[in-house]
Amino acid sequence: MNAPVTTGPEVDAWSIPLEKIDVSDPQLYQDAAWQPYFERLRREAPVHYCADSRYGPFWSVSRYNDIMHCEVNHAVFSNEIGGIQVEDQPRDLQRPSFIRMDPPKHDEQRKVVSPIVAPANLNNMEPLIRERTKTVLDALPRGEVFDWVEEVSIKLTTMMLATLFDFPFEERGKLTYWSDVAIANVNAPDAPVHSEAERFEELKKMAEYMSRLFEERRGQPPRFDLLSMLAHGAATREMPLREFMGNLALLIVGGNDTTRNSMTGGLLALNRFPDEYRKLLADPGLIESLVPEIIRYVTPVIHMRRTTTQATEIAGQAIPAGAKIVMWYVSGNRDPDAVAEPNRLIIDRKRPRQHLSFGFGIHRCVGNRLAELQLRILWEEVLQRFPMIEVVGEAKRTYSNFIHGFKSMPVRIPA
Amino acid sequence: MPKVTYIEHNGTAHTIELLAGETVMRGAVDNEVPGIDADCGGACACATCHVYLDPPWLELLGTPKPGSQEASMLSFAAVAQPNSRLSCQIKMTAALDGLTVRMPEGQH
Repeated sequence: MNAPVTTGPEVDAWSIPLEKIDVSDPQLYQDAAWQPYFERLRREAPVHYCADSRYGPFWSVSRYNDIMHCEVNHAVFSNEIGGIQVEDQPRDLQRPSFIRMDPPKHDEQRKVVSPIVAPANLNNMEPLIRERTKTVLDALPRGEVFDWVEEVSIKLTTMMLATLFDFPFEERGKLTYWSDVAIANVNAPDAPVHSEAERFEELKKMAEYMSRLFEERRGQPPRFDLLSMLAHGAATREMPLREFMGNLALLIVGGNDTTRNSMTGGLLALNRFPDEYRKLLADPGLIESLVPEIIRYVTPVIHMRRTTTQATEIAGQAIPAGAKIVMWYVSGNRDPDAVAEPNRLIIDRKRPRQHLSFGFGIHRCVGNRLAELQLRILWEEVLQRFPMIEVVGEAKRTYSNFIHGFKSMPVRIPA
Repeated sequence: MPKVTYIEHNGTAHTIELLAGETVMRGAVDNEVPGIDADCGGACACATCHVYLDPPWLELLGTPKPGSQEASMLSFAAVAQPNSRLSCQIKMTAALDGLTVRMPEGQH
């Protein structure tokens, strides 16, 4: 692990002056050192002002109910003014997408793609997802160490993406690459791109490739894949290049990274709580609540950002207009006032879907039930085949304050 | 106490007595009626307590105001119809005794 820059394990989260706490440091997430900082913020400064960070000044909202307040008041907490991340996109390289829009345009574009995850279509996709999951799992070695991220999480989510876009299957690795490009922290040594300009160039190549498919589908009858839906949707068929880039990156990342990391983080969490893993092995019916509990526990999206359209208040704290507000989902999901024993994975929680991982309000994750479906099938098929899969070494995490990701995780399936 | 009948998508009916002031969503969740998810717990923020109303009840309760939070959330529900409502926004009153709500195929 690298030495933390400003905060980290050797800095005591409880003794550092409150105003010095900067939870935007990506190192905190790579080192899995974020928890005590948020425990303190929730207690001592639930709406906390960080005057100086590498991303400029920002407000942190760390409690579940206060995050919910921001989520539902989209007229006050805008996505369009400043985007969705604590880090601003450079003004000259901006890529609008519907998650970075407010109503009414947000609503018009979102409705174009949302039928892809309607209940009937999820039912249609289930057999295909299951077949692929079986194939991937059946190919795994027994009694030897392999990387779960590479061999399972990435393979499964990449195939899913290819299906959602009806993308040339043999070239599907491109989708995963573009996803990584779109979310990479350009300061991370292992990032696929090392500057915003480079990122923009790579995403432009993605747009060029995708626009060929888009044009083809525009000339064909409408079909049930994302490109065809965008090509025929009244609100999306004439998008300017940057918006095309933005919306495609949004759908690729949204359909990929989050589920990939839940596939990895879920297995890691079950290894941390072996009693829960044993409970699961004894009663596979618990998969139904296991899946949302994994999504809460992992919290694949660390934060979402809003910008205030007017002066307002959050939990009694006055906030000016134009302020950068960061809703820390990782923290809200560990708020003991909302979730009992939040730091434990408890696979039979009573109301496991009460978590913030998908967001709430008009920007709530459009693909949430598809994500759950993929995870449910994965665990159903895992339990049918394998005893307890062991995590046998350190899970390496992503350097990011936005995507709660894993680079690799060595595991072994007992022979 | 006023009664509500919840009809699942497969036709199974559940009749529950609710306290006046309680929401139709809360009645389903507290009595473990399947088919109402209510992920957000009643904040009108997830559209997973979506129900359909038959004409007389729709007339009585009305449809959400255009531009309201309920209308926005409903517009993203997977299988919304003109008679859709979010049950967390319907509070029981004596006048609603006998209310029937039907559930969609799924809450997403």
